[in-house]
Amino acid sequence: MSRSFAHLIVAAAVTSLLILACFQVPGDWNWSGVWEYRQKFISGWLVTLGLSLAALVLSVAIGLIVALFLGAQNPLIEATGRIYVEIIRGTPLLVQLLLGFYVIANAVGLENRFVVGTLVLAAFSGAYMAEIFRGGLNAIPKTQRDSARAIGLTQWQSFRLVILPQAVRLVLPAIAGQLVSLIKDSSLLSVIAISEFTLNAREVNSFTYSTLESYVPLAIGYLMLTLPLSATSRWLEKSFSYER
Amino acid sequence: MRLTIKDLTQTFGTTRVLDKLSIETGRVNSLALVGPSGGGKSTLLRILAGLDIPTSGTVTFDGTTLQRDEVNLRLYRRTVGTVFQSYNLFPHLSARENLILPLVHVHRLSRDEAIARVEEPLRRFQLHEHADKRPAELSGGQNQRIAILRAMVVRPKRLFLDEPTSALDPEMTAEVLDMIEGLKESGTDFVLVTHAMNFARRVADEVAFIGDGTVLSHGPAESVFENSKNSRVAAFFQQVLR
Ligand SMILES: Nc1ncnc2c1ncn2[C@@H]1O[C@H](COP(=O)(O)OP(=O)(O)O)[C@@H](O)[C@H]1O
Ligand SMILES: [Mg+2]
Repeated sequence: MSRSFAHLIVAAAVTSLLILACFQVPGDWNWSGVWEYRQKFISGWLVTLGLSLAALVLSVAIGLIVALFLGAQNPLIEATGRIYVEIIRGTPLLVQLLLGFYVIANAVGLENRFVVGTLVLAAFSGAYMAEIFRGGLNAIPKTQRDSARAIGLTQWQSFRLVILPQAVRLVLPAIAGQLVSLIKDSSLLSVIAISEFTLNAREVNSFTYSTLESYVPLAIGYLMLTLPLSATSRWLEKSFSYER
Repeated sequence: MRLTIKDLTQTFGTTRVLDKLSIETGRVNSLALVGPSGGGKSTLLRILAGLDIPTSGTVTFDGTTLQRDEVNLRLYRRTVGTVFQSYNLFPHLSARENLILPLVHVHRLSRDEAIARVEEPLRRFQLHEHADKRPAELSGGQNQRIAILRAMVVRPKRLFLDEPTSALDPEMTAEVLDMIEGLKESGTDFVLVTHAMNFARRVADEVAFIGDGTVLSHGPAESVFENSKNSRVAAFFQQVLR
């Protein structure tokens, strides 16, 4: 199934959900209550956008560095990377956020919850990115490295000009998927009282008792972040693609 | 070039792939390495090209002995060219970008200088219409000719070619062999591993027959092909030249 078709279905599903909701419960429908709190949705959405963008950039960087660790010749460096990945992947993000904020950040005197939240989210996502990048780097045939050495490139040039560009093209869909997860996972930052999108929507719900009216915009707001991301990835994939 | 190899040994784990291999060539433009599969030809060529470091022994080209450390070997590799059996072009770059990359990033030409430098060779070998295509869009023969050009445009002292036509369909071997024969006319020295015996006989000044990690026969082409006293060498030629 083509992904543009998939996007169409998503859009249709959301629209029909909205329409259905409007017609099914006409008496109880209460948009005006929620409308009064529109500023809360907007500010929450912006916080989520900002957090996600920062964590996104950071997690790609962490992912790349840890991927290099995982492939290191030095067994100590490799083990360090492996331990990091296993600890992060073996514990829930929720627990990492609580520990990160109430224990680690507290101990080092880091008080800004936005910074801590972004760091934990990036560290979390970075572990998954690392595995994805590692897979991509491993998939580049050894002969490419040979070829790069033969023309006299340094190890770093070989990585930067030959291996990485090929690996990135290979893992782009998986990376895009991980970024979508990151955006959705950012909703958990509400547990350390960051006024992001989900927390604000829940607050509006508790003020207005309009559950559907509070949470439908929430779903749409997240889709507004994730759909452009997968569309961009699809476009990049197409313009990068080449047969091997 | 004049090549002297002394007691070259290469072991991988417990297997000894090259075993005290020695050879001394005269002043030649081209040397062909022939012999059965698994005999150690590629292993030898990789050491000559500065890609691998031998367990022991020395390689000397024109009086200069190859160093054993990666930094010096990289400097050495920048002065020579290597062509692999499976081309190993960079698949994410167009043919032209493949040629330009070493010029810009290793030999410090500006991009414009590099583009200008590769234009004439691309035309000479009828590759300019394909220069903007990626390797996957080119035939095997075109890929291998681009790979030879990539090694040539940096104006190397000499070229190392490891079975450059073995991965090609028969109808494409001629265009690549022609190009290699052209090297001889242009005065570029080369060491060639090949199974194309008639071609080796025609272009190589000297031929070395490699088997079991050592030199079983070596000398001017005719003497190796026709009057080999070594029974294994004679048997091999009887098979392949039949
Ligand atoms: N990196 C390596 N590790 C282990 N064995 C190798 C390696 N490279 C080559 N060999 C072995 O060395 C022998 C000679 O290989 P090679 O030099 O490729 O021979 P040829 O090119 O003459 O066919 C083969 O038996 C091969 O399996
Ligand atoms: Mg070989």
